[in-house]
Amino acid sequence: MLYNEPSPLEVRILTRRFGLPDSASLDTYLATEGFAGFRKALAMKPEEILEQVKISNLRGRGGAGFPTGLKWGFVPRDSGKPRYIVVNADEGEPGTCKDRLLMENDPHQLIEGMLIAGLVVGARTGYIYVRGEYRYVIEVLERAIEECRQRGYLGRNILGRGFDFEAYTHTGAGSYECGEESALLESLEGKRGVPRIRPPFPAVAGLYRCPTVLNNVESYSSIPAILREGGAAFAALGTPRDGGTRLFCISGHVNRPGVYELPVGFNLLRMIHEVAGGVRGGKKLKAVIPGGSSCPVLRADECDLAMDYDSVAKAGSMLGSGGVIVIGEDACMVRVASRIMRFYAHESCGWCIPCREGTAWLRKLLARFHAGGATRSDLELIGDVARNMLGRTFCPLGDAAAMPTISLVEKFRDEFEAHLDGRECPFKSTVSEAAA
Amino acid sequence: MRFSAELEARFEKLLASYPPDRRRSALVPMLLYAQDEAGSVTPELVGEVARRLELQPAEVASVASYYSMLRQARPGKHHIQICTNVSCQLAGGAELFEHACRRLGIGHREATPDGRFSLEEVECLGACCWAPAVMVNYEYHHGVTPERFDRLIEALRQAD
Repeated sequence: MLYNEPSPLEVRILTRRFGLPDSASLDTYLATEGFAGFRKALAMKPEEILEQVKISNLRGRGGAGFPTGLKWGFVPRDSGKPRYIVVNADEGEPGTCKDRLLMENDPHQLIEGMLIAGLVVGARTGYIYVRGEYRYVIEVLERAIEECRQRGYLGRNILGRGFDFEAYTHTGAGSYECGEESALLESLEGKRGVPRIRPPFPAVAGLYRCPTVLNNVESYSSIPAILREGGAAFAALGTPRDGGTRLFCISGHVNRPGVYELPVGFNLLRMIHEVAGGVRGGKKLKAVIPGGSSCPVLRADECDLAMDYDSVAKAGSMLGSGGVIVIGEDACMVRVASRIMRFYAHESCGWCIPCREGTAWLRKLLARFHAGGATRSDLELIGDVARNMLGRTFCPLGDAAAMPTISLVEKFRDEFEAHLDGRECPFKSTVSEAAA
Repeated sequence: MRFSAELEARFEKLLASYPPDRRRSALVPMLLYAQDEAGSVTPELVGEVARRLELQPAEVASVASYYSMLRQARPGKHHIQICTNVSCQLAGGAELFEHACRRLGIGHREATPDGRFSLEEVECLGACCWAPAVMVNYEYHHGVTPERFDRLIEALRQAD
């Protein structure tokens, strides 16, 4: 199902089947070049497939942006251990709701991506780790897996070509931390979802300490088009170091929020004004969090920006998971900061102290700030606590909590100061505007 | 402890998904699917799952306590989860949650005395572009205003 109208500015590669009748059925998939990439790959050597993925300049769509081809190249084929394909479908980064659509509308595209990855590393088993709330998505995936098994696209001797591969779903049960790759693997092994120390990375010692390819849903879903059309065609859609299209999730104060597939490098202001219909109520743009809530905030004057990993990094933030959160002039940035920190404090797994203690203290400090109970020294204290978390935690959750906070205090210091001395939130009269 | 034939079939399928010496992998899915039937992760359920996976009950309880969807208290028949995370906050999610508390006369993780409704303020549900998001049991409701929320409650009452 589609939840928002498509935009004419979209370039629909991964979402090309969205909106077709029975888009999640194998018949629709086969009628629209489904498994064409896999059929091509079956006739290629693993190194040749990998070369196409490298040429495509595909960078991981989960948030870190690591080149997918390079990652797959780290997986040893000669360790004597089984290899695994794992899909991170634990979509949990606030602002992000694209993997849900990819799985719901085109589950076979994901399965085809897994099969092609399986050919590259010689894996025979794949797991799709889906966040627990996406139960209906699991049902869609299981129907698709069953269809593939019955018609010879999964199971033994696939398409009579001597390749065996099984795919399974695996439900999570509510944990943001399990979106972190090593915590996901712990969870998949039936344990608490706490991170592992790395190295070794999952490519060498992942699921059951065996070599594992672990990528986001959108990354795998990009693979069929890369094989079908060639890596160079995919690369040409994006920027020189960041190929293809991405599903951007535009949320917040815009007239037409939604998930839109756009070429990597699409301008952020155009995204807000032309794709998403501009800021709601004719209000002014105040800020954008460009890649999910863990990314540093951009002020309105910093938003004339190409949305690719390198350009956003150069602007001091991150492209992350493609969750573009648009904030209009009426929003209180202290309230935003406080809510974001509440999330990270709730989701910190408690395994390492800087994150567990840091997020809890920042949550209290920011809540007090918004309530008018802060003192001037709290401004420095927030920065101090946040900076002491950076780079000192076991996994990136600590950084994910600290980075947006540091940027919010630095860039919107005037709004923080306006809450000092017991003053009421200056935006109080406008916060309910949206709900009214 | 007895489960429905459907759930037993689900368990069998799950256990066949992992290598024979890695049955523990089924632990979290087993707990969640069993909770759907039992209402909560009871000590009895912990014991049963531990027995089937050849784990210590304490180990199973430790894992269960980590995941926010696994709960020890039985929720209402209609478990209403309202997201107030940042995208939903910008669309009035926090105000919607306050409205829901007033409308149902209960707070976060509480249930109505008749056991019909329970309420929970939750973190991101993955519906950021169609905010504010509400989930009733496993069903999504997008763009929920206070008025739409009231109609939803009425519809659930009448369906009972």
